[in-house]
This record gives sequence, structure tokens and C-alpha cells, in this order.
Amino acid sequence: MPALVYALTALLGAAAAATGVAGMLGAPWTLRVDWLVPLGGLALEMDPLAGLFVALVGAAAVPVSVYAIGYAGRERQGCLAYAVFVAAMLVVPLAANVMTFALAWELMSLASYVLVLDGARAGRQPAASAHAGWVYAVMTHAGLACLLAGMLLLTAWTGSARFADWAAAAPTLSAESRSLVWALLALGFATKAGGVPLHVWLPLAHPAAPSHVSALMSGVMIKLGIYGLLRASFVWLAPALPWWGATLLLVGAVSAVTGVLYAIVDRDLKRLLAFSSIENVGIVLVGTGAALAFAAAALPMLALLALAAALYHVVNHAAFKSLLFMAAGSVLHGTGTRDMEALGGLIKRQPWTAACFLVGAVAIAGLPPLNGFVSEWLTFQALLQNIQLPNPTMNLVFALAIAGLALAAGLAVAAFVKAFGITFLALPRSDAAAGAHEAPVLMRVAMVATAAACAALALGASAVVPALAAVAATLVPAPTPITVGAWLTLDISGDFASLSVPAVAVALAGGVLLPVLLLVVARARPRVRRYETWGCGRLLQTARMEYTATAFADPFTRVFDFFYRPATRLDVDVHPESRFFVRRIRYENPTRFIVDEWLYRPVVRVLRAAARRAAVVQSGSPNLYLAYVLVALLLLLLVA
Amino acid sequence: MDALFLSVLQTLVIALGAPLLVGTLRTLKARLVGRRGPVPWQPFLDLRKLLGKTPVVSETTSWVFRATPYVLVGAMLVAALAAPVLTSRPPLAFAGILLLMSLFLLGTFFLALAGLDAGSAFGGMGSSRGVTVAGLAEPTVMLAVFALALRASTTNLGGIVERVTIEPLLAVNPAHLLAFAAFFIVMLAETGRLPVDNPATHLELTMIHEAMILEYSGRHLALVEWASAMKLLLFLTLLANLFFPWGVPADVAPPALLLGLLALAGKLALLAIALAALETTIAKLRLFRVPELLAGSFALAVLSVSAVFLLR
Amino acid sequence: MLRQLRVALRTGVVTEPPAREAEVERLGASLAAEIRTRFGRSLAIRQVDAGSCNGCELEIGGLTGPHYDLERFGLHFVASPRHADCLLVTGPVTRNMAEALRRTFYATPDPKIVIAAGDCAGDGGIFRGSYAVIGGVREIVPVDALIPGCPPSPAALLAGLLDALGRPR
Repeated sequence: MPALVYALTALLGAAAAATGVAGMLGAPWTLRVDWLVPLGGLALEMDPLAGLFVALVGAAAVPVSVYAIGYAGRERQGCLAYAVFVAAMLVVPLAANVMTFALAWELMSLASYVLVLDGARAGRQPAASAHAGWVYAVMTHAGLACLLAGMLLLTAWTGSARFADWAAAAPTLSAESRSLVWALLALGFATKAGGVPLHVWLPLAHPAAPSHVSALMSGVMIKLGIYGLLRASFVWLAPALPWWGATLLLVGAVSAVTGVLYAIVDRDLKRLLAFSSIENVGIVLVGTGAALAFAAAALPMLALLALAAALYHVVNHAAFKSLLFMAAGSVLHGTGTRDMEALGGLIKRQPWTAACFLVGAVAIAGLPPLNGFVSEWLTFQALLQNIQLPNPTMNLVFALAIAGLALAAGLAVAAFVKAFGITFLALPRSDAAAGAHEAPVLMRVAMVATAAACAALALGASAVVPALAAVAATLVPAPTPITVGAWLTLDISGDFASLSVPAVAVALAGGVLLPVLLLVVARARPRVRRYETWGCGRLLQTARMEYTATAFADPFTRVFDFFYRPATRLDVDVHPESRFFVRRIRYENPTRFIVDEWLYRPVVRVLRAAARRAAVVQSGSPNLYLAYVLVALLLLLLVA
Repeated sequence: MDALFLSVLQTLVIALGAPLLVGTLRTLKARLVGRRGPVPWQPFLDLRKLLGKTPVVSETTSWVFRATPYVLVGAMLVAALAAPVLTSRPPLAFAGILLLMSLFLLGTFFLALAGLDAGSAFGGMGSSRGVTVAGLAEPTVMLAVFALALRASTTNLGGIVERVTIEPLLAVNPAHLLAFAAFFIVMLAETGRLPVDNPATHLELTMIHEAMILEYSGRHLALVEWASAMKLLLFLTLLANLFFPWGVPADVAPPALLLGLLALAGKLALLAIALAALETTIAKLRLFRVPELLAGSFALAVLSVSAVFLLR
Repeated sequence: MLRQLRVALRTGVVTEPPAREAEVERLGASLAAEIRTRFGRSLAIRQVDAGSCNGCELEIGGLTGPHYDLERFGLHFVASPRHADCLLVTGPVTRNMAEALRRTFYATPDPKIVIAAGDCAGDGGIFRGSYAVIGGVREIVPVDALIPGCPPSPAALLAGLLDALGRPR
């Protein structure tokens, strides 16, 4: 039965992808069912931007659902919630009025909350799973509160709950009121997207959820936050103000660097991927912020370029992040653990998983010729043209964003060398890893298909990027700065920059084959001799001698210790009879999360104190309650 | 046809010039400490000898270990086609600095994986340190790119070279020189030269790049050594031709190419002498002082960008 | 920094030509002609200390200095036996180092040669007969040449290496 539900979801996804692509290519339609939903009725509207995100959710749901048949096909629990989750995510981009949007959004959040709790409970750590679910629920509803506040303000000011009316009425609102609404909506959507400092739920919820759910949460759910930001900034509240772009640029740069720094030091494979999602959301936010800044400065072509780059990264991240989560799920399925300190050597036990993870790792590290490189390249090309902005402060913000993004890109390479190298290479560090088994066929099929999609998105960049630019042009009308030249070269802003991914791929393939030929021609000795690893003549090599995940990240812990603020604890147990004989040494050097410590803990403390004060009101005495009723009645009589 | 001829010629120049450059550097460094030193073409002899050895491959490793030398060489050969070596427009005419730096990062990624694959502590240490240095050098590269792109209104390498060729005095502009200094330090970090990493050390605890290749032997080692020599040559070529493109021809006519080659050889000789002198007189930095050096280069890049804005 | 360069340029090259006579005992484990063609112009040496008193190591260390400079002949020392063509073994091979020496030998790719340096490496030298010593490198790995001396001077080592390689001086 569960397998049937997943299969149906896959079909739903495929149908949605087709519908979305049709919508992208310019076949708009609307659907109104007034009686289905109170306070406005169900209203769906398809336009190119909605089409893109519907296609994205649908296309991601297909391989992930196939994967889920293999991963969770025998477990009843969670399959219906999964189907509801996917369906809700498909409705969110299409929603055309407040009620539809809020219902779909909340349904999506509730379904994923149920799935997070399920997955966390399966991990047999009740306290941690409750905490993960709790934080996720609180953050997502705090975000919803901000969203509703913003949307209700707009409804009150424009007199209509339909999004189309907001777009028409936006120029009539004052800049301050638009800014207020934008701030509320941005807070709400950024919470869903996972921008720092609103990201705290991501590293708890994504690892706890079952792997197919994590793939969708990281791959497409957080992108719906980006969708909301784009709608709010470019459609509902246009024209944009400069500080919106600057804020998103800074938030994006900080998210990118913070996310990857925490990813590098993590020993849990799925949490590493969750932090990496925060990094990539940062990259998308930088692109969006740049687009807003350019739009506010009346540079529509550059805004279009930045927006196309952000959309391309959204699509690419969905592809390679879902691939990575599926591969991580396969590791968990085969070994029973996500802890990298207990993994290793899996490339020999799980060759297909390893190959797919490697493709995902090369893609997310932004290395040619895969898709992460192309979208990061495109984002940089948009950022590097900021000299056309007249305001020097904006130039400074852009320079900071460029530096931050570059640092994040460099550190992402390190994070994924660690993720792939420690998990899959060398010797297994535990019996669980030594006895791992490969994933079943359906999971492998899903992973290979997604890996092929990553390659296709890169090689087909000269088709995909102009299509995305056309979608972006519906938000920022301008002639396109992206043209396709000879040899499928993408030309940006005339001759500012060019790239031909197929040419690079062909050149790389040739470059890798050329030494093979050269070695044959030079008559190099063809065979190899197998022997042990060089260990300075040591008599035994075990897995204890390998580098661990923590050791690999040690240089970063030292270089960035002002950021990680590790709390070193060293306990030395000596023999009672002589302090020169040490029985046990316990060394702990955990990194601390400064956002949690500096922002959330004080806020929670203040809230708790306020709640304790307010609890005085609930004394439990009926006489006091009757007195409240009397006072309230008197006040009402006075006011009325 | 012209493009094919240029591609082949440029690949040959990089492929054959790289061991010669490394050999010349070793000879220069030897002479500066009073030794006769090896002949400048010694690396060719070393490579030929390595081809005749049967590689010993550890049982702990996987296909990643055996594939990495080919990926490294492949990335360097593509970078050779993408860099302005003989003419201002390289054969891969669309190439920009971002593509070049990403190709180098591709090599570093796979080399770090190969270091981890053997399961020895040395390899892990080399990988860990190698990716730290590579990652921390990235912001400097991007800001130096930004400074150059601002001036030339393009990130295309050929465009940047041509911009300075049109206005030769641009090369001694303060912003340009600051970007050169920042990029020079990045070169030291990325190619593993002193003071970041000692290419001739035997102490594993002081190695970064060498530690990752301790397990390689025979033809694999030959490919890895060749790839790092090509990386050094490409970095020096970028420093020479991007920042001081005097003598870089625009067309593909043989006399112009010969002139370009001679000009490049002259600039590389000067850079090699400077590098040899620097490596002979400076001591290697402690590993945890290297980020300070890279932060210094980042500061230079920031100054360079500010100078471009201020002197617009 | 500039002062160092000035001194270097003023001092110039101080390398001495190698000695004419060489005292080398050929033990013939590999064909001399093959060694000459393969390693004549480029030899990577990995030095292995099999329990030596370090006297030979000090003399070997002098080979990399300006006076004896073995790099001018295409010889150089390497850190990993995987990179090596030649194992230069010193010491009488103590019992603790025997297995390590054997593993180093197998870790070195073929074709390779083993050169024993010093009297201890030949037959145990002054430590011959001790309970802790096996007595000579040839008991553990096949040896191609032996350079006698206690310790052999850098000139003798260099001449011996070149002779073992069949290099004309």
C-alpha cells in the first residue's frame, strides 16, 4: 500500500512537471472554486514564475518518490503525510489569494512536521526528536505569523485578498507602508527558506526526517520561501526599494558563509547537508538581493541577469541536494548510522551510492563541468557588474557579497571533500560500515536519474538559462542580457563574460583521455602491484590510523575559532596511587552556535520571564476571574 | 584551422614548458645557495624514469585514487587552452578567470580525495591542510578578478589582456599593482611554494601538497608531478600576461606567435628569478600563520578594488 | 633578505668535483647495464636507517650540501619509498627494524636497487654478533652494492653511488 501511494505521488509529480513547464512557456490559466475554501474561495493562477516552481516541485517529486518506494515502501507510517506534503507544495506557487496560500502553506508545514516527528522517533532518541519537531513547529509558525501579518495588512490597505489586485495597487501605497509589509513578508519567507539568523530549525529538522522527506524539504520546500520572496518583492510590492536589495545581499552572504562553516565541522552526514542547504540558500538570496538592488537603481537588464542566476541556482540546488540526500539515505539504509566517525570505505560496499554522491559533491562544490559551477558563475557575473550602480554604499555591499560568496564557494569544496572522503574512502571505521549493503534497485535508479539530471542541467545550460531568463522577464521586464552564441556559448551582457559548458565538458573529457593515450605511446609500464599503504614500516594498519571527520575540520576550527567559540573540556583521570599513571583522558571540543547563543537564548529567556510575570493573571481563583469579567464588562459599557 | 593550430601549439608550450620551468627553478635555487644544482631539464629525465616503473597501489584505495592523476592532467590541459599564453585570445575564447580558478579547484578536490583514499594519517593531513589553504585563497582571487574586470569591463581573459595592451600605462596603475601583489601571494599558496609549503621538504609534518601524493608511484606519480608543474606554469603565465601583457600578440601569424613566445619566456624568466630568490631567503610559515598571510593578500585585493573605484 | 642574496651571489658556487677512486663492493643482485640505462640520469633515493648509530646519516646529510651536491648528477632524496628507485640502507639491521626494512622494500616500486652504506650495513660492523642485531642488510633484502666505511665520507659515498650507477665521472 505505501508503495502505491509513493508511485501515485511520482505520477502526480510528473503531471505537475508537465503542467509547470507548459505554464513557464506561456500558457496562463486560472481556476476559481469559491465554495471550497472560506474567506475568499480557492483561487489558483498559473503564470511563468508559478509554472517554474510547480515544475520544480513536480520534477523533484518524481525521483524522490521512486526512491521512497525502495526506502520506505514497507512502512505504512508517513506515506499519506508525504503525499499531502507534495500536493500542498504544488498548490503554494499556484495560490492566487491569501486564504488559498495560507492553507496550502500551513498544510505543507504540518505535513512536514508530522514527517519530521516520524523520522525522529525512528531514530530512537526521544528527547532530541521532540526538540527537533518543537523547534521546527515554532519557527515555521512564527514565520507564518509574520506572513499573515504582512498579507492582512496588504489586504486591509488594498481592499482585496487577491494577489492580482495587490500587484495593481502597489504603486499607490507609500514607500514606508510597502517597506513594513516587505519586512514582515521577508521575515516569514526567509524563515521558510532558512536564511541566517532564522535558520535554526533546518539543522534539526532535515537530518531527523526520513531521507526522502529531507530530499524534498531541502530540495524544494525551502525554495518555496524564495518563491514567496520573489513574488512579494517583484510583484506584490513593486517598485523595489534599495534597502531591500542590500538587506538580502547581506543576509545571503552571511548565510552562505555561516552555513558552510558549520557544515565543515559537522560529523553527522545529513546535518552537514542541511547546513550546506543554508549556504546555497544564501547564494540564491545574494542573487535575489542583487536583482532587487539593480531593479531599484533602474538597471533592469542587470536585474534580469541576477534574477535568472538566482532561479538557475534554485533549480540546480534542487537537483544536486536531493541527489545528495538520497545518497545519504542510502548510506543510512545500508549501515544504520549517519555519523561520519563510524563510516568509511563505503565506496567498495556501495559503489553506486558512492558514484552518485561523488557527482552530487562535484556539483555542489561548484566545479566544472557540472551545474553548480554554471549557476555560481552566472551569479558572480551579475555581481561583478555592480559598478553601474551610482551609490558607493551599494558598491561596498556588493563587494562584501562577492567576497563572502567566494569564501563560501572555496569552503564548500572543503566541506564536500570531507563529506565524500571520510564517508566513502579508505577503511571502514566501524563494523556497521564494514558490513554495509548497497541500496535496492529503485533507490539506485532514482539516484542515477537525478545525477543524469545534474549533468543535463549543466550541458543544456544554453537552453535552460534563456528559458529561466524569460521567466525572470515576467518579473523584471527588460531585453535579455543572455544570448547564445556559437558552440552553444552563453554570452552575458554582450562581451562581459561568456561560457560554453559543452565545450568545457568536451575539453575535459579529451584532457582526461589524452594522458591515457600518451602513456600508451610512451610505453609506460601498464600493470600495478598491490601492497599495503605506506605507514613508515609500521606493522599494523587499522582504521584508527585514518584521519577522522573532526581531524579533517581541525584547521578550520582553529582558523575560525572566533566564530565557532569552541568550549574545550579536558578531563584527566589519574590512578589513585600515582598521578603519573593516567587511566583515562576525555577531551571535548564542541563548537557552539553563536546565533543560538547570542540571539535565541536571550530571546527565549526574556519570553520565559515575561510569561512567568503574565502567569500571575492565572491565579486559579474563581473570585478573581469573576472580577475580571466585571471589569471587562464595565470597560465595554464605557467604550461602546 | 587557426584555432586548432593555436590549440596544439599552446598545449605543447604548456606541457613541455612546465617541467622545464620547474627544473630551472631548482637550478636557480641551487645556484643561490652555492650548489651547482641539477640541469634545468632534469624533470624530463625524472618523468621518463618514472614511466618505466611499475606503480605500487595500496589495497585500501579505490578507483578514485587511480583516476585522480588523469583528472588532474585533464583539468590542467583544459586550463592551458583557456589561459592567454601565446595570444591575447586563448583557443577557448570564452574563458574567464572564474573558469580557470574553478579548473584548479577541480584538481585540488580530486587530489584531496586521493590523499584521503589511502587511509594514512599523512594523506588525511595533507588533504585537510590543502583544502584549507585553497578555500581561504578564494576570496582574494575573486576580488582581484573584480578589480581587473572593473577596469576592463569584462571577465573574459582575452578582453582583460587586450584592455591593458591598448593602454600600456594601465599596467603600472596602483590598483593594478596591488592586484598583482595579491595574486602573487595566491600563486604561492595555490602552487605550494614557500612560504606556504616547501616543495622540497621530507618532513611529513611540514607537507601540504607533498603529503597528498606520498602514495603515488610510477606513471601515476609522473602525471601528478607533471600536473603540478603545469599549474605553476599557468599561474606564472597568468601573472605575466594578465598583469603585464606587453608583447602578447593579438593574431595567430607565426612571426607574431614567436614574438609572443619570446616575450612570455622573458617575463617567466624574471618571475622565476624573483620566485627563486624569495624561496631561498624566506622561511616556511607555520601552518596556522598561513591564514594570516592569506588575510593580508585579501587586504591587498580590497585595497586594489577600492583604488579602482577611487581612481575611476 | 637582501643581505642573504648579496652573500650568496658573492660566494658563488662552491661545489667540488667528485673523487676519482671509489670503493664499492658490487653484490650483483641486479644487472649493471639495466641500472645504468634506467637510473643513470635520474635516481630517487630513500634513505633507511635500520638501527644505525647515525654516523652514516650525518655523512649522507653532507651529500645534499653545496660541497658534495648530489643533485647535479640527477640524484635526489625523497620522503616516501613509493617515490624511490634506490634504498640507501645504513645500520646493522637491528631486530626491531628488520620487518620495517622489509616493508619499505616491498613498498618501493620495481625496478629498484638497494645500496648498503657503511660497514654495519655490510655485515654488522662493530655491532656484529650482538643479540639485538641481525647483521647486514643482505640478510633481509637483496643488496646491489655496498659502500664500505665507518662511516664512509661524503666523497666516498658520492663516488660509490656514481660507481654503482655506472656513471662516468
